[in-house]
Amino acid sequence: MTELIRKTAVELSELMASGQTSSVEIAQAHLDRIGAVDGEVHAFLHVDTEGALAQAAAVDAKRAAGEKLGPLAGVPLALKDVLTQEGVPTTAGSKILEGWKPPYDATVVQRLKAAGVVILGKTNMDEFAMGSSTENSAYGTTHNPWDLGRIPGGSGGGSSAALAAYEAPLAIGTDTGGSIRQPGAFTGTVGVKPTYGGTSRYGLIALASSLDTPGPCARTTLDAALLHEVIAGHDPLDSTSIDQPVPAVVEAARRADVAGLRIGVVKELGGEGYQPGVEARFHEAVELLTKLGAEVVEVSCPHFQYALPAYYLILPSEASSNLAKFDAMRYGLRVGDDGANSAEKVMSLTREAGFGAEVKRRIMLGTHALSSGYYDAYYGQAQKVRTLIAQDFTKAYEQVDVLVSPATPTTAFAIGDRVDDPIAMYKNDLCTIPSNLAGNAAASFPCGLADEDGLPVGFHVMAPVMRDELLYQVGSALEAALADQWGGVLMTKAPELEVTR
Amino acid sequence: MPSITREEVAHLARLARIELTDDELDHLAPQLDQIIGLVGQVSEVAADDIPPTSHALPLTNVMREDVNVPCLTPEQALSGAPAAEEQRFRVPRILDEEA
Repeated sequence: MTELIRKTAVELSELMASGQTSSVEIAQAHLDRIGAVDGEVHAFLHVDTEGALAQAAAVDAKRAAGEKLGPLAGVPLALKDVLTQEGVPTTAGSKILEGWKPPYDATVVQRLKAAGVVILGKTNMDEFAMGSSTENSAYGTTHNPWDLGRIPGGSGGGSSAALAAYEAPLAIGTDTGGSIRQPGAFTGTVGVKPTYGGTSRYGLIALASSLDTPGPCARTTLDAALLHEVIAGHDPLDSTSIDQPVPAVVEAARRADVAGLRIGVVKELGGEGYQPGVEARFHEAVELLTKLGAEVVEVSCPHFQYALPAYYLILPSEASSNLAKFDAMRYGLRVGDDGANSAEKVMSLTREAGFGAEVKRRIMLGTHALSSGYYDAYYGQAQKVRTLIAQDFTKAYEQVDVLVSPATPTTAFAIGDRVDDPIAMYKNDLCTIPSNLAGNAAASFPCGLADEDGLPVGFHVMAPVMRDELLYQVGSALEAALADQWGGVLMTKAPELEVTR
Repeated sequence: MPSITREEVAHLARLARIELTDDELDHLAPQLDQIIGLVGQVSEVAADDIPPTSHALPLTNVMREDVNVPCLTPEQALSGAPAAEEQRFRVPRILDEEA
Protein backbone atom coordinates (compact mmCIF):
# COMPACT_ATOMS: atom_id res chain seq x y z
CA MET A 1 0.00 0.00 0.00
CA THR A 2 2.95 2.36 -0.52
CA GLU A 3 1.07 4.07 -3.30
CA LEU A 4 -1.90 5.19 -1.22
CA ILE A 5 -0.80 8.76 -1.82
CA ARG A 6 -1.33 8.39 -5.60
CA LYS A 7 -4.98 7.38 -5.22
CA THR A 8 -7.95 9.62 -5.81
CA ALA A 9 -10.41 10.29 -3.01
CA VAL A 10 -12.89 8.00 -4.74
CA GLU A 11 -10.36 5.16 -4.86
CA LEU A 12 -9.36 5.68 -1.22
CA SER A 13 -12.99 5.56 -0.21
CA GLU A 14 -13.46 2.25 -2.04
CA LEU A 15 -10.34 0.78 -0.42
CA MET A 16 -11.66 1.70 3.02
CA ALA A 17 -15.16 0.42 2.30
CA SER A 18 -13.80 -2.95 1.18
CA GLY A 19 -11.57 -3.16 4.26
CA GLN A 20 -8.30 -3.17 2.30
CA THR A 21 -6.99 -0.21 4.23
CA SER A 22 -7.98 2.10 7.06
CA SER A 23 -8.30 5.84 7.40
CA VAL A 24 -5.41 5.83 9.89
CA GLU A 25 -3.17 4.07 7.36
CA ILE A 26 -4.14 6.56 4.68
CA ALA A 27 -3.58 9.55 6.97
CA GLN A 28 -0.20 8.15 8.04
CA ALA A 29 0.86 7.59 4.42
CA HIS A 30 0.11 11.23 3.63
CA LEU A 31 1.79 12.50 6.82
CA ASP A 32 4.87 10.47 5.84
CA ARG A 33 4.77 11.97 2.37
CA ILE A 34 4.56 15.47 3.86
CA GLY A 35 7.55 14.63 6.03
CA ALA A 36 9.45 13.43 2.98
CA VAL A 37 8.78 16.21 0.46
CA ASP A 38 7.45 19.29 2.22
CA GLY A 39 10.92 20.53 3.08
CA GLU A 40 11.27 21.23 -0.66
CA VAL A 41 7.67 22.15 -1.50
CA HIS A 42 6.66 24.07 1.63
CA ALA A 43 2.95 23.64 1.02
CA PHE A 44 2.10 23.45 4.73
CA LEU A 45 2.36 26.08 7.43
CA HIS A 46 1.17 23.68 10.10
CA VAL A 47 0.81 19.90 10.07
CA ASP A 48 -1.67 18.62 12.65
CA THR A 49 -0.32 15.08 12.97
CA GLU A 50 -2.05 14.27 16.22
CA GLY A 51 -5.38 15.81 15.25
CA ALA A 52 -5.40 14.15 11.83
CA LEU A 53 -4.66 10.69 13.23
CA ALA A 54 -7.34 11.14 15.89
CA GLN A 55 -9.92 12.16 13.25
CA ALA A 56 -8.89 9.18 11.13
CA ALA A 57 -9.16 6.78 14.07
CA ALA A 58 -12.63 8.13 14.83
CA VAL A 59 -13.74 7.39 11.25
CA ASP A 60 -12.28 3.88 11.44
CA ALA A 61 -14.15 3.27 14.70
CA LYS A 62 -17.42 4.43 13.15
CA ARG A 63 -16.86 2.19 10.15
CA ALA A 64 -16.12 -0.77 12.41
CA ALA A 65 -19.34 -0.05 14.31
CA GLY A 66 -21.27 -0.27 11.05
CA GLU A 67 -22.21 3.39 10.92
CA LYS A 68 -23.27 4.77 7.56
CA LEU A 69 -20.48 7.03 6.28
CA GLY A 70 -20.35 9.63 3.52
CA PRO A 71 -18.24 9.18 0.38
CA LEU A 72 -15.32 11.24 1.71
CA ALA A 73 -15.21 9.83 5.25
CA GLY A 74 -11.64 9.04 6.19
CA VAL A 75 -10.11 10.85 3.20
CA PRO A 76 -7.35 13.38 4.04
CA LEU A 77 -7.49 17.04 3.10
CA ALA A 78 -5.23 20.10 3.15
CA LEU A 79 -6.93 23.25 4.46
CA LYS A 80 -6.01 26.75 3.34
CA ASP A 81 -4.79 28.71 6.35
CA VAL A 82 -7.43 31.40 5.83
CA LEU A 83 -10.20 29.26 7.35
CA THR A 84 -10.49 28.91 11.11
CA GLN A 85 -10.14 25.49 12.70
CA GLU A 86 -10.71 25.36 16.43
CA GLY A 87 -7.49 25.03 18.40
CA VAL A 88 -5.27 24.79 15.30
CA PRO A 89 -2.93 27.70 14.47
CA THR A 90 -4.45 29.95 11.79
CA THR A 91 -2.39 32.78 10.34
CA ALA A 92 -3.75 33.63 6.87
CA GLY A 93 -0.06 33.83 5.94
CA SER A 94 0.43 36.90 8.15
CA LYS A 95 2.77 37.71 11.01
CA ILE A 96 -0.02 39.68 12.63
CA LEU A 97 -1.82 36.39 13.40
CA GLU A 98 1.25 34.31 14.28
CA GLY A 99 0.39 31.82 17.00
CA TRP A 100 -3.34 32.57 16.98
CA LYS A 101 -5.54 29.58 17.70
CA PRO A 102 -9.15 30.28 16.75
CA PRO A 103 -11.79 29.38 19.33
CA TYR A 104 -14.25 28.16 16.67
CA ASP A 105 -14.56 26.25 13.38
CA ALA A 106 -15.46 27.88 10.06
CA THR A 107 -18.69 26.46 8.62
CA VAL A 108 -16.66 24.81 5.84
CA VAL A 109 -14.48 23.15 8.48
CA GLN A 110 -17.50 22.08 10.52
CA ARG A 111 -18.96 20.41 7.43
CA LEU A 112 -15.68 18.69 6.59
CA LYS A 113 -15.50 17.30 10.11
CA ALA A 114 -19.14 16.20 10.00
CA ALA A 115 -18.41 14.35 6.74
CA GLY A 116 -15.45 12.57 8.37
CA VAL A 117 -12.86 14.29 6.18
CA VAL A 118 -9.45 14.14 7.88
CA ILE A 119 -7.76 17.55 8.03
CA LEU A 120 -3.99 17.08 7.73
CA GLY A 121 -2.98 20.68 8.30
CA LYS A 122 -3.05 24.27 7.13
CA THR A 123 -1.59 25.34 3.79
CA ASN A 124 0.55 28.30 2.82
CA MET A 125 -0.91 31.31 1.04
CA ASP A 126 -0.21 34.91 0.13
CA GLU A 127 -0.77 37.06 3.20
CA PHE A 128 -4.53 37.53 3.66
CA ALA A 129 -4.92 35.99 0.19
CA MET A 130 -3.39 39.05 -1.46
CA GLY A 131 -1.28 37.70 -4.27
CA SER A 132 -0.89 35.26 -7.12
CA SER A 133 2.27 33.37 -6.17
CA THR A 134 2.49 32.73 -2.36
CA GLU A 135 5.53 35.01 -2.43
CA ASN A 136 3.57 37.39 -0.22
CA SER A 137 3.32 34.83 2.57
CA ALA A 138 5.11 35.96 5.72
CA TYR A 139 6.33 32.37 6.11
CA GLY A 140 8.18 31.80 2.84
CA THR A 141 7.21 30.83 -0.70
CA THR A 142 5.64 27.53 -1.71
CA HIS A 143 7.40 25.77 -4.61
CA ASN A 144 5.60 24.32 -7.61
CA PRO A 145 6.03 20.52 -7.58
CA TRP A 146 6.27 20.57 -11.41
CA ASP A 147 9.37 22.78 -11.17
CA LEU A 148 10.62 23.77 -7.75
CA GLY A 149 12.08 27.01 -9.14
CA ARG A 150 8.61 28.22 -10.04
CA ILE A 151 5.72 29.59 -8.03
CA PRO A 152 2.64 27.36 -7.54
CA GLY A 153 0.19 30.21 -8.11
CA GLY A 154 -1.66 32.06 -5.42
CA SER A 155 -3.07 32.94 -3.18
CA GLY A 156 -3.92 29.27 -2.57
CA GLY A 157 -0.55 27.96 -3.78
CA GLY A 158 -0.09 25.79 -0.70
CA SER A 159 -3.33 23.92 -1.32
CA SER A 160 -2.63 23.32 -5.02
CA ALA A 161 1.01 22.35 -4.38
CA ALA A 162 -0.11 19.88 -1.68
CA LEU A 163 -2.27 18.16 -4.31
CA ALA A 164 0.43 18.18 -7.00
CA ALA A 165 3.05 16.87 -4.52
CA TYR A 166 0.71 14.01 -3.50
CA GLU A 167 0.65 15.31 0.05
CA ALA A 168 -3.17 15.26 0.03
CA PRO A 169 -5.84 14.09 -2.44
CA LEU A 170 -8.19 16.96 -1.53
CA ALA A 171 -7.74 20.59 -0.55
CA ILE A 172 -9.79 23.66 0.24
CA GLY A 173 -9.06 27.03 -1.32
CA THR A 174 -10.74 30.41 -1.37
CA ASP A 175 -11.22 32.45 -4.52
CA THR A 176 -11.53 36.24 -4.48
CA GLY A 177 -10.01 36.98 -7.89
CA GLY A 178 -8.70 33.59 -8.98
CA SER A 179 -6.96 32.20 -5.88
CA ILE A 180 -8.37 28.70 -6.45
CA ARG A 181 -8.37 28.60 -10.25
CA GLN A 182 -4.97 30.15 -11.02
CA PRO A 183 -3.03 27.83 -8.65
CA GLY A 184 -5.08 24.93 -10.06
CA ALA A 185 -3.97 25.90 -13.58
CA PHE A 186 -0.32 26.29 -12.54
CA THR A 187 -0.14 22.88 -10.84
CA GLY A 188 -2.16 20.72 -13.25
CA THR A 189 -4.97 20.24 -10.73
CA VAL A 190 -8.70 20.99 -10.62
CA GLY A 191 -9.85 24.16 -8.86
CA VAL A 192 -13.46 25.24 -8.56
CA LYS A 193 -14.86 28.59 -7.48
CA PRO A 194 -18.52 27.91 -6.64
CA THR A 195 -21.19 30.53 -7.18
CA TYR A 196 -20.68 33.40 -4.70
CA GLY A 197 -22.92 32.56 -1.75
CA GLY A 198 -22.95 28.87 -2.66
CA THR A 199 -20.36 28.15 0.05
CA SER A 200 -20.28 29.82 3.45
CA ARG A 201 -17.84 32.60 4.37
CA TYR A 202 -18.37 32.10 8.11
CA GLY A 203 -14.94 31.59 9.65
CA LEU A 204 -13.16 32.67 6.47
CA ILE A 205 -10.78 35.52 7.33
CA ALA A 206 -12.23 38.14 5.00
CA LEU A 207 -10.28 39.74 2.17
CA ALA A 208 -13.09 41.26 0.08
CA SER A 209 -16.44 40.21 1.45
CA SER A 210 -18.41 40.73 -1.75
CA LEU A 211 -16.02 38.47 -3.68
CA ASP A 212 -14.61 35.80 -1.30
CA THR A 213 -15.74 32.24 -2.10
CA PRO A 214 -14.41 29.01 -0.56
CA GLY A 215 -14.21 26.05 -2.92
CA PRO A 216 -12.88 22.56 -3.62
CA CYS A 217 -9.48 21.58 -5.07
CA ALA A 218 -8.52 18.06 -6.17
CA ARG A 219 -6.58 16.06 -8.75
CA THR A 220 -9.73 14.87 -10.51
CA THR A 221 -13.06 16.45 -11.39
CA LEU A 222 -15.15 13.84 -9.58
CA ASP A 223 -13.14 14.25 -6.37
CA ALA A 224 -13.68 18.02 -6.57
CA ALA A 225 -17.41 17.49 -7.07
CA LEU A 226 -17.67 15.22 -4.04
CA LEU A 227 -15.86 17.81 -1.94
CA HIS A 228 -18.03 20.58 -3.37
CA GLU A 229 -21.12 18.72 -2.21
CA VAL A 230 -19.74 18.35 1.32
CA ILE A 231 -18.92 22.03 1.85
CA ALA A 232 -21.68 23.80 -0.11
CA GLY A 233 -25.19 24.76 0.91
CA HIS A 234 -27.07 27.38 2.90
CA ASP A 235 -25.57 28.65 6.15
CA PRO A 236 -27.60 30.94 8.40
CA LEU A 237 -24.32 32.27 9.85
CA ASP A 238 -23.41 33.92 6.52
CA SER A 239 -25.82 36.69 5.54
CA THR A 240 -24.97 36.31 1.83
CA SER A 241 -25.40 32.54 1.77
CA ILE A 242 -27.85 31.36 -0.91
CA ASP A 243 -30.85 29.48 0.49
CA GLN A 244 -31.27 27.03 -2.39
CA PRO A 245 -30.38 23.38 -2.98
CA VAL A 246 -26.75 22.69 -3.95
CA PRO A 247 -26.45 22.20 -7.75
CA ALA A 248 -26.15 18.50 -8.73
CA VAL A 249 -22.37 18.64 -9.14
CA VAL A 250 -21.56 14.98 -8.46
CA GLU A 251 -24.15 13.73 -10.92
CA ALA A 252 -22.78 16.14 -13.55
CA ALA A 253 -19.20 15.00 -12.93
CA ARG A 254 -20.27 11.38 -13.39
CA ARG A 255 -22.25 12.17 -16.54
CA ALA A 256 -19.18 13.67 -18.29
CA ASP A 257 -21.21 14.59 -21.36
CA VAL A 258 -21.19 17.79 -23.40
CA ALA A 259 -23.32 16.66 -26.36
CA GLY A 260 -25.50 19.59 -27.39
CA LEU A 261 -23.98 21.92 -24.78
CA ARG A 262 -23.47 25.45 -26.12
CA ILE A 263 -19.98 26.76 -25.34
CA GLY A 264 -18.86 30.36 -25.91
CA VAL A 265 -15.20 31.22 -26.36
CA VAL A 266 -14.63 34.71 -24.91
CA LYS A 267 -13.02 36.75 -27.68
CA GLU A 268 -11.42 39.26 -25.28
CA LEU A 269 -9.57 36.61 -23.22
CA GLY A 270 -6.77 35.72 -25.63
CA GLY A 271 -4.30 37.19 -28.10
CA GLU A 272 -1.70 39.72 -27.04
CA GLY A 273 -0.05 38.90 -23.72
CA TYR A 274 -1.07 35.24 -23.86
CA GLN A 275 1.68 32.61 -24.05
CA PRO A 276 1.52 30.62 -27.33
CA GLY A 277 1.66 27.27 -25.52
CA VAL A 278 -1.28 28.28 -23.35
CA GLU A 279 -3.35 29.32 -26.36
CA ALA A 280 -2.42 26.14 -28.27
CA ARG A 281 -3.58 23.81 -25.47
CA PHE A 282 -6.69 25.90 -24.93
CA HIS A 283 -7.76 25.77 -28.58
CA GLU A 284 -7.06 22.02 -28.75
CA ALA A 285 -9.34 21.53 -25.76
CA VAL A 286 -12.06 23.56 -27.46
CA GLU A 287 -11.70 21.39 -30.59
CA LEU A 288 -11.92 18.28 -28.46
CA LEU A 289 -15.14 19.49 -26.87
CA THR A 290 -16.51 20.18 -30.36
CA LYS A 291 -15.71 16.59 -31.33
CA LEU A 292 -17.54 15.44 -28.21
CA GLY A 293 -20.68 17.13 -29.48
CA ALA A 294 -20.55 20.62 -27.96
CA GLU A 295 -21.63 23.57 -30.10
CA VAL A 296 -18.88 26.18 -29.94
CA VAL A 297 -19.28 29.84 -30.89
CA GLU A 298 -17.24 32.98 -30.24
CA VAL A 299 -18.75 35.45 -27.81
CA SER A 300 -17.76 39.04 -27.07
CA CYS A 301 -17.70 40.45 -23.53
CA PRO A 302 -16.55 44.01 -24.28
CA HIS A 303 -16.29 45.20 -20.67
CA PHE A 304 -14.03 42.39 -19.46
CA GLN A 305 -11.03 44.57 -20.29
CA TYR A 306 -12.08 46.83 -17.41
CA ALA A 307 -12.47 43.97 -14.93
CA LEU A 308 -8.86 44.20 -13.71
CA PRO A 309 -8.92 47.94 -12.94
CA ALA A 310 -12.38 47.69 -11.36
CA TYR A 311 -11.25 44.75 -9.24
CA TYR A 312 -8.18 46.61 -7.99
CA LEU A 313 -10.46 49.34 -6.71
CA ILE A 314 -13.19 47.16 -5.22
CA LEU A 315 -10.88 44.64 -3.59
CA PRO A 316 -8.55 47.10 -1.82
CA SER A 317 -11.53 49.16 -0.69
CA GLU A 318 -13.16 46.18 0.95
CA ALA A 319 -9.83 44.85 2.22
CA SER A 320 -8.83 48.12 3.85
CA SER A 321 -12.12 48.03 5.78
CA ASN A 322 -11.91 44.32 6.64
CA LEU A 323 -8.31 44.56 7.84
CA ALA A 324 -9.12 47.41 10.19
CA LYS A 325 -9.98 44.72 12.72
CA PHE A 326 -6.29 43.91 13.12
CA ASP A 327 -5.90 46.62 15.72
CA ALA A 328 -3.73 44.81 18.33
CA MET A 329 -6.53 44.88 20.90
CA ARG A 330 -8.42 41.57 20.92
CA TYR A 331 -6.15 39.02 19.25
CA GLY A 332 -2.97 38.70 17.28
CA LEU A 333 0.22 40.69 17.49
CA ARG A 334 0.71 43.72 19.77
CA VAL A 335 3.82 45.87 19.41
CA GLY A 336 5.03 48.83 21.48
CA ASP A 337 2.71 48.41 24.47
CA ASP A 338 5.24 49.92 26.88
CA GLY A 339 2.81 51.69 29.19
CA ALA A 340 3.57 55.08 27.62
CA ASN A 341 2.37 54.60 24.04
CA SER A 342 -1.31 55.31 23.32
CA ALA A 343 -3.63 52.70 21.86
CA GLU A 344 -3.46 54.46 18.52
CA LYS A 345 0.33 54.42 18.52
CA VAL A 346 0.38 50.74 19.47
CA MET A 347 -2.08 50.04 16.67
CA SER A 348 0.11 51.82 14.10
CA LEU A 349 3.30 50.15 15.30
CA THR A 350 1.62 46.73 15.28
CA ARG A 351 0.21 47.12 11.77
CA GLU A 352 3.59 48.35 10.55
CA ALA A 353 5.33 45.32 12.04
CA GLY A 354 2.63 42.75 11.32
CA PHE A 355 1.62 43.47 7.71
CA GLY A 356 3.75 42.69 4.65
CA ALA A 357 4.39 45.00 1.70
CA GLU A 358 1.49 43.87 -0.52
CA VAL A 359 -1.02 44.13 2.32
CA LYS A 360 0.16 47.66 3.06
CA ARG A 361 -0.05 48.56 -0.66
CA ARG A 362 -3.63 47.38 -0.89
CA ILE A 363 -4.75 48.95 2.39
CA MET A 364 -3.32 52.27 1.21
CA LEU A 365 -4.92 51.93 -2.21
CA GLY A 366 -8.28 51.12 -0.63
CA THR A 367 -7.98 53.98 1.81
CA HIS A 368 -7.25 56.29 -1.12
CA ALA A 369 -10.12 54.95 -3.28
CA LEU A 370 -12.59 55.47 -0.45
CA SER A 371 -11.43 58.95 0.58
CA SER A 372 -13.77 61.86 0.03
CA GLY A 373 -13.13 63.56 -3.27
CA TYR A 374 -11.99 60.30 -4.91
CA TYR A 375 -14.88 58.01 -4.00
CA ASP A 376 -17.06 58.72 -7.07
CA ALA A 377 -14.20 58.62 -9.55
CA TYR A 378 -12.76 55.37 -8.21
CA TYR A 379 -14.96 53.17 -6.06
CA GLY A 380 -18.26 54.47 -7.46
CA GLN A 381 -17.11 54.11 -11.05
CA ALA A 382 -15.71 50.62 -10.35
CA GLN A 383 -19.10 49.55 -9.05
CA LYS A 384 -20.68 50.70 -12.30
CA VAL A 385 -18.12 48.76 -14.30
CA ARG A 386 -19.08 45.78 -12.17
CA THR A 387 -22.66 46.17 -13.39
CA LEU A 388 -21.48 46.29 -17.01
CA ILE A 389 -19.43 43.11 -16.57
CA ALA A 390 -22.40 41.31 -15.04
CA GLN A 391 -24.48 42.49 -18.03
CA ASP A 392 -21.86 41.10 -20.44
CA PHE A 393 -22.28 37.71 -18.75
CA THR A 394 -26.08 37.91 -18.84
CA LYS A 395 -26.05 38.68 -22.57
CA ALA A 396 -23.55 35.90 -23.26
CA TYR A 397 -25.61 33.34 -21.35
CA GLU A 398 -28.58 34.15 -23.58
CA GLN A 399 -26.56 32.58 -26.42
CA VAL A 400 -24.54 29.87 -24.67
CA ASP A 401 -24.62 27.60 -21.61
CA VAL A 402 -21.02 28.21 -20.49
CA LEU A 403 -18.13 30.50 -21.40
CA VAL A 404 -14.54 29.31 -21.74
CA SER A 405 -11.06 30.86 -21.83
CA PRO A 406 -7.54 29.99 -20.76
CA ALA A 407 -7.41 30.11 -16.93
CA THR A 408 -4.27 32.26 -16.99
CA PRO A 409 -2.39 34.15 -19.72
CA THR A 410 0.86 32.28 -18.95
CA THR A 411 2.10 29.16 -17.18
CA ALA A 412 3.75 29.28 -13.74
CA PHE A 413 6.56 31.84 -13.65
CA ALA A 414 9.89 31.72 -11.85
CA ILE A 415 10.08 32.58 -8.15
CA GLY A 416 11.09 36.23 -7.82
CA ASP A 417 10.18 37.18 -11.40
CA ARG A 418 7.30 39.56 -10.69
CA VAL A 419 7.82 40.19 -7.01
CA ASP A 420 8.59 43.89 -7.36
CA ASP A 421 6.21 44.59 -10.23
CA PRO A 422 2.71 44.62 -8.75
CA ILE A 423 0.99 45.30 -12.08
CA ALA A 424 2.64 42.34 -13.86
CA MET A 425 1.60 40.22 -10.89
CA TYR A 426 -2.00 41.51 -11.01
CA LYS A 427 -2.30 40.56 -14.70
CA ASN A 428 -2.21 36.88 -13.73
CA ASP A 429 -5.85 37.15 -12.85
CA LEU A 430 -7.13 38.72 -16.10
CA CYS A 431 -9.29 35.72 -16.99
CA THR A 432 -10.51 34.79 -13.54
CA ILE A 433 -11.58 38.17 -12.12
CA PRO A 434 -14.75 38.76 -14.20
CA SER A 435 -16.48 35.77 -12.57
CA ASN A 436 -15.73 37.11 -9.09
CA LEU A 437 -17.15 40.51 -9.94
CA ALA A 438 -20.32 38.91 -11.35
CA GLY A 439 -20.50 36.20 -8.68
CA ASN A 440 -20.97 33.32 -11.09
CA ALA A 441 -19.41 29.85 -10.87
CA ALA A 442 -16.09 29.11 -12.58
CA ALA A 443 -13.36 26.49 -12.58
CA SER A 444 -9.98 25.55 -14.01
CA PHE A 445 -9.31 22.06 -15.38
CA PRO A 446 -5.92 20.76 -16.58
CA CYS A 447 -5.73 20.72 -20.40
CA GLY A 448 -2.11 19.86 -21.13
CA LEU A 449 1.44 21.16 -20.97
CA ALA A 450 2.75 24.23 -22.79
CA ASP A 451 5.36 23.42 -25.46
CA GLU A 452 7.75 26.19 -24.40
CA ASP A 453 8.23 25.10 -20.79
CA GLY A 454 6.43 21.78 -20.27
CA LEU A 455 4.26 23.32 -17.55
CA PRO A 456 0.53 22.79 -16.96
CA VAL A 457 -2.15 24.88 -18.67
CA GLY A 458 -5.61 25.44 -17.21
CA PHE A 459 -8.89 25.40 -19.13
CA HIS A 460 -11.28 27.94 -17.63
CA VAL A 461 -15.04 27.35 -17.63
CA MET A 462 -17.55 29.97 -16.46
CA ALA A 463 -21.17 29.03 -15.71
CA PRO A 464 -24.18 31.15 -14.66
CA VAL A 465 -25.02 31.74 -11.01
CA MET A 466 -26.07 28.48 -9.29
CA ARG A 467 -25.35 26.42 -12.40
CA ASP A 468 -22.14 25.05 -10.90
CA GLU A 469 -22.96 21.59 -12.25
CA LEU A 470 -22.21 22.81 -15.79
CA LEU A 471 -18.56 23.32 -14.78
CA TYR A 472 -18.27 19.68 -13.79
CA GLN A 473 -20.09 18.50 -16.89
CA VAL A 474 -17.53 20.22 -19.12
CA GLY A 475 -14.55 19.47 -16.88
CA SER A 476 -15.22 15.76 -16.56
CA ALA A 477 -15.91 15.32 -20.29
CA LEU A 478 -12.64 17.07 -21.09
CA GLU A 479 -10.77 15.12 -18.41
CA ALA A 480 -12.03 11.76 -19.71
CA ALA A 481 -11.18 12.57 -23.33
CA LEU A 482 -7.71 13.86 -22.43
CA ALA A 483 -7.01 10.91 -20.13
CA ASP A 484 -7.76 8.63 -23.09
CA GLN A 485 -5.11 10.47 -25.10
CA TRP A 486 -2.56 10.61 -22.30
CA GLY A 487 -3.24 7.30 -20.58
CA GLY A 488 -4.17 9.05 -17.32
CA VAL A 489 -4.93 12.50 -15.91
CA LEU A 490 -2.37 15.25 -16.45
CA MET A 491 -0.90 14.82 -12.97
CA THR A 492 0.51 11.42 -13.96
CA LYS A 493 2.99 13.36 -16.13
CA ALA A 494 4.35 15.35 -13.19
CA PRO A 495 8.03 14.80 -12.39
CA GLU A 496 8.94 12.72 -9.34
CA LEU A 497 9.89 14.78 -6.33
CA GLU A 498 13.09 13.95 -4.53
CA VAL A 499 12.27 12.30 -1.25
CA THR A 500 14.27 13.42 1.76
CA ARG A 501 14.05 12.08 5.27
CA MET B 1 2.99 64.89 -12.47
CA PRO B 2 2.33 61.83 -10.31
CA SER B 3 -1.29 61.02 -9.46
CA ILE B 4 -0.26 60.61 -5.84
CA THR B 5 2.58 62.33 -3.99
CA ARG B 6 4.82 61.00 -1.24
CA GLU B 7 3.09 63.39 1.21
CA GLU B 8 -0.32 62.04 0.24
CA VAL B 9 0.91 58.48 0.76
CA ALA B 10 2.19 59.46 4.21
CA HIS B 11 -1.23 60.91 4.97
CA LEU B 12 -2.96 57.70 3.83
CA ALA B 13 -0.63 55.69 6.07
CA ARG B 14 -1.72 57.79 9.04
CA LEU B 15 -5.38 57.28 8.14
CA ALA B 16 -4.78 53.53 7.81
CA ARG B 17 -2.83 53.45 11.12
CA ILE B 18 0.36 52.07 9.63
CA GLU B 19 3.61 53.58 10.90
CA LEU B 20 5.52 53.42 7.61
CA THR B 21 9.28 53.97 7.53
CA ASP B 22 10.88 56.51 5.18
CA ASP B 23 12.24 53.68 3.04
CA GLU B 24 8.79 52.19 2.68
CA LEU B 25 7.36 55.57 1.70
CA ASP B 26 10.05 55.97 -0.96
CA HIS B 27 9.21 52.56 -2.35
CA LEU B 28 5.42 52.66 -2.02
CA ALA B 29 4.70 56.09 -3.43
CA PRO B 30 5.84 55.37 -7.03
CA GLN B 31 4.24 51.91 -6.93
CA LEU B 32 0.91 53.33 -5.82
CA ASP B 33 1.22 55.98 -8.51
CA GLN B 34 1.54 53.23 -11.13
CA ILE B 35 -1.34 51.22 -9.72
CA ILE B 36 -3.56 54.30 -9.60
CA GLY B 37 -2.72 54.81 -13.27
CA LEU B 38 -3.97 51.30 -13.99
CA VAL B 39 -7.15 51.47 -11.94
CA GLY B 40 -7.90 54.93 -13.30
CA GLN B 41 -8.84 53.20 -16.57
CA VAL B 42 -12.30 52.68 -15.11
CA SER B 43 -12.96 56.34 -15.92
CA GLU B 44 -12.77 55.51 -19.66
CA VAL B 45 -16.07 53.70 -19.41
CA ALA B 46 -19.13 55.82 -20.10
CA ALA B 47 -21.36 54.71 -17.28
CA ASP B 48 -23.36 57.77 -16.22
CA ASP B 49 -26.69 55.98 -16.52
CA ILE B 50 -25.44 52.64 -15.18
CA PRO B 51 -26.49 51.67 -11.64
CA PRO B 52 -23.62 50.63 -9.33
CA THR B 53 -23.31 47.02 -8.14
CA SER B 54 -21.98 46.61 -4.62
CA HIS B 55 -22.64 42.94 -4.55
CA ALA B 56 -23.08 40.10 -7.03
CA LEU B 57 -26.39 38.97 -5.56
CA PRO B 58 -29.48 40.90 -4.52
CA LEU B 59 -29.09 41.51 -0.78
CA THR B 60 -31.78 41.34 1.85
CA ASN B 61 -31.15 41.67 5.53
CA VAL B 62 -31.14 38.33 7.29
CA MET B 63 -32.66 38.04 10.74
CA ARG B 64 -32.70 35.10 13.10
CA GLU B 65 -35.15 34.23 15.83
CA ASP B 66 -34.54 36.21 19.01
CA VAL B 67 -33.55 33.23 21.14
CA ASN B 68 -30.45 32.36 23.13
CA VAL B 69 -27.90 30.34 21.21
CA PRO B 70 -24.53 29.09 22.42
CA CYS B 71 -21.66 31.54 22.05
CA LEU B 72 -18.01 31.80 23.02
CA THR B 73 -17.22 31.61 26.72
CA PRO B 74 -15.26 34.55 28.18
CA GLU B 75 -12.20 32.29 28.32
CA GLN B 76 -12.56 31.43 24.62
CA ALA B 77 -13.15 35.03 23.65
CA LEU B 78 -10.05 36.14 25.55
CA SER B 79 -7.93 33.20 24.46
CA GLY B 80 -6.15 35.17 21.73
CA ALA B 81 -5.90 38.48 23.57
CA PRO B 82 -2.45 40.13 23.63
CA ALA B 83 -3.24 41.12 27.22
CA ALA B 84 -6.21 40.36 29.47
CA GLU B 85 -7.11 41.36 33.00
CA GLU B 86 -10.12 40.52 35.17
CA GLN B 87 -11.89 38.78 32.28
CA ARG B 88 -11.46 41.82 30.04
CA PHE B 89 -9.21 42.84 27.17
CA ARG B 90 -6.45 45.07 28.54
CA VAL B 91 -5.66 47.86 26.10
CA PRO B 92 -3.12 50.71 26.11
CA ARG B 93 -4.32 54.14 27.24
CA ILE B 94 -6.82 55.60 24.79
CA LEU B 95 -6.48 59.28 25.71
CA ASP B 96 -3.66 61.65 24.82
CA GLU B 97 -1.07 62.66 27.38
CA GLU B 98 -2.51 66.13 27.82
CA ALA B 99 -6.13 64.94 28.12
